[in-house]
Amino acid sequence: MAGVHDLGGRSAGPIDRAEHEPTLFDLRVDAMIRLLTHPSRAVFTVDAMRRSIESHTSEEYFGLTYYEKWLHAIRRLTIEQGAISEAELAAKLDRLRAAGSRESA
Amino acid sequence: MSALFRAGARVRVRSETIPGHCRTPSYLRGKSGVVIEVHGEFRNPEKLAYHKPGLPRQPLYMVRFAFADVWPGRRSGGGRDSIVADIYQHWLQAER
Repeated sequence: MAGVHDLGGRSAGPIDRAEHEPTLFDLRVDAMIRLLTHPSRAVFTVDAMRRSIESHTSEEYFGLTYYEKWLHAIRRLTIEQGAISEAELAAKLDRLRAAGSRESA
Repeated sequence: MSALFRAGARVRVRSETIPGHCRTPSYLRGKSGVVIEVHGEFRNPEKLAYHKPGLPRQPLYMVRFAFADVWPGRRSGGGRDSIVADIYQHWLQAER
């Protein structure tokens, strides 16, 4: 059975040809992918990134934006490869949330 | 791994399914086409996707398929349209 990404031949709506500027989020995710896949580090390959993106459910695949799917891949693959642990990620997110709530207080 | 096919060779894409990451589109499996270029040899992306070395390197081919063969019955520019895809050797077999 074809994966969610394997769309050739399926019916689709009109193509949105509108151009748009990348957001700061888009640029940051793009930069992280370039750093993580650079041969000097090679934390993971673009092939692994594609595997991660293709493993989304149909709902996620069509609901997430292009760079959100990249970010999900970064999270999954850095943990898979042991570059960071779930605990380290959770601790960092907690610190950022705490800093954010102090700023907004 | 040495290249089994040269430009002009008729090939058929294996009609297999594999679990996990697959670089050969499902709509081309079982279809026959013609090699138009040999790109060289590259690590197998289906292994690289799982952090494996992907060796031996696999020859990669640019293959042209007739649109009418891939999607019979669909509108296809008077039968002249074609679809070109890059397919790794382990997905191809010789077509007489």
